[in-house]
Amino acid sequence: MEAVFERPKTLTTVSTHYCPGCGHGIIHRLIAEVIDELGIREKTAVVAPVGCAVLLYNYFNLDSYEAAHGRAPAIATGCKRVLPELVVFTYQGDGDLAAIGTAEVVHAAARGEKITTIFVNNAIYGMTAGQMAPTTLIGQKTTTTPDGRAPERAGYPIRVCEMLATLEGAAYIARVSVSSPKNVMQAKKAIKKAFETQIKGLGYSLVEVLSQCPTNWHMTPTESIKWVDEKMAAYYPLGEFKTPKES
Amino acid sequence: MGKIEIDEEFCKGCTLCIGVCPQKFIRIANHVSKKGYHPAEFCDSESKCTGCTLCALMCPDAAITVYREKKVGGEKK
Amino acid sequence: MTEKKFMAGNEAIAEAAVQAGCRYYFGYPITPQNEIGEYMAWRLPDIGGTFLQAESEVAAIYMVFGAAGAGARAMTSSSGPGISLMQEGISYIAAAELPCVLVNMMRGGPGLGGIHPSQSDYFQATKGGGHGDYHLLVLAPSTGQEAASLTMLAFDLADKYRNPVMILGDGNIGQMMEPIEFRPPEEAFASPKKDWAITGTPGRKRNLIKTLFLDPVILEKRNLVIASKLREAVKNEVRFESFMTDDADIVIAAYGTVARIAKTAIKVLREKGFKVGLLRPISLYPFPYQAFSQMAERVKNFLVVEMSMGQMIEDVRLAICGKSKIHFYGRVGGIVPSYEEIVGEVEKIAKEAR
Repeated sequence: MEAVFERPKTLTTVSTHYCPGCGHGIIHRLIAEVIDELGIREKTAVVAPVGCAVLLYNYFNLDSYEAAHGRAPAIATGCKRVLPELVVFTYQGDGDLAAIGTAEVVHAAARGEKITTIFVNNAIYGMTAGQMAPTTLIGQKTTTTPDGRAPERAGYPIRVCEMLATLEGAAYIARVSVSSPKNVMQAKKAIKKAFETQIKGLGYSLVEVLSQCPTNWHMTPTESIKWVDEKMAAYYPLGEFKTPKES
Repeated sequence: MGKIEIDEEFCKGCTLCIGVCPQKFIRIANHVSKKGYHPAEFCDSESKCTGCTLCALMCPDAAITVYREKKVGGEKK
Repeated sequence: MTEKKFMAGNEAIAEAAVQAGCRYYFGYPITPQNEIGEYMAWRLPDIGGTFLQAESEVAAIYMVFGAAGAGARAMTSSSGPGISLMQEGISYIAAAELPCVLVNMMRGGPGLGGIHPSQSDYFQATKGGGHGDYHLLVLAPSTGQEAASLTMLAFDLADKYRNPVMILGDGNIGQMMEPIEFRPPEEAFASPKKDWAITGTPGRKRNLIKTLFLDPVILEKRNLVIASKLREAVKNEVRFESFMTDDADIVIAAYGTVARIAKTAIKVLREKGFKVGLLRPISLYPFPYQAFSQMAERVKNFLVVEMSMGQMIEDVRLAICGKSKIHFYGRVGGIVPSYEEIVGEVEKIAKEAR
């Protein structure tokens, strides 16, 4: 028998610190598979966020920057402007991208920076143990919305893809999830398309991945992927919001 | 036909693979791995696994390697 | 080959950076230094460099982080309020041991303040500004010409020590137009190989530009590495000017624009028969403590003049350690002291000293 599915080469052999069932692991694996398949490992650099994925440079065999909270798109911009041939991507959570780093991602997209962002939306702040995120759903209980998020106190969740798709510089914007094998395969396609968008020099690309956080949602991994499908995808529809104009 | 190998160095026993296996050939092991988890283990006594890779697709720890027999012009090797 | 150009201090800094090999400028407009970015906006694209106006100073400093991390000579410039926004990024740059040049053309503060010159960011520049144990190397030009030469030196020092270097000027130096000569550096500096940089990994282990070290033992070691670099800088990079101090009874301590004005005051005072001189720090970090300490063996009265409520004076006090009397004269809010005011202060001190 031959191996038809193996651990991608772009992943190191370090076991991750992510919780069992966490979406980060699946997303890391998909990115590594895409980098392997495109053959770009030696010319790719990643900018790590502050969040659960702050240590992602231990898991990817890539030149890596560790960014300050929210600033990854600015660092990626600086790097890509110096080394335009390098494939540069940021990997950011919902606090990093949709709270403190909103200006940086909007302007990187508006400038059409030829970088790629993988945006992991788990509707909560994971690393700091479960506070509200800008993407937390109405009614969702977190440590800073103990009675469930109420719009009159805490406002409404932000739909990042829809927002960024209004920008001319944004070339490929898509939302996917990793809650089922079918969704995982779609997610991989979108991630590949995002990297190809960068390689072709078409502009800014972003893939928002709805991701499960079993620990801070207080669910089992199996319950959490159901919550992504039933609750998250209802507010954050999956799909491509912007696709590159060229053929 | 196919089979899988689950690497206990990486498996955290999250059970996502168990949830998607169409033939229920994966279960949580009784023993505790070096990492302190009850890992998933492959149990396919009649070798009926098709190597569909649904388990590996879901695995957040890239712990699963999937093998499949190569069919060469209809003949099974 | 040298060329003389009539230009503002801000433009001189930008041109000097280009001649030092800087090809990446990221910044955000703020008075009184906009000419630096505007100059770079046409100069850099002409030579294949990149000028990028960022969405904020916060973004700009991290673009510098990214570019410096990729091995390039990169810089940014701003004034007080913007430099304040950059402090987190500066701490990260120092922690990651990335070389870069920062320019602060000081304006009246605190808060939104004013747009006229000041020297009220001395503490911010020399004592920290950002969190953690680190220091910027800080150079304070007094003229547009010196701003140009110190900017070129700044890039070399940044690479030599893998540390951010700041040019601390003020709105006056930035705006004033003078003939500037661009000379090749006095000592040819061999740019070090940057094998730690992010470049993609053909044939080598991956590089990490990171500042998070959760193991306290490792983080302490990182701090000691940075501290030992700074000790080397303290040994080798002190720069100052002694002007007419050999026979002086009273020595003025001043830097930047104020030092220039003090020189005029000294000429006037000398004609009146006062023995007065100027000890002008050029490097504010490392501060010329020894120069002041040695001078205090003989000189019993120092007059510190600053466009602030008194910041450098603390370093002067530290250096002199009670050996001599230290007087202070300061103007703030954007007011630039006249040479007559300085003359008056020295005359007062001389009278009391009798």
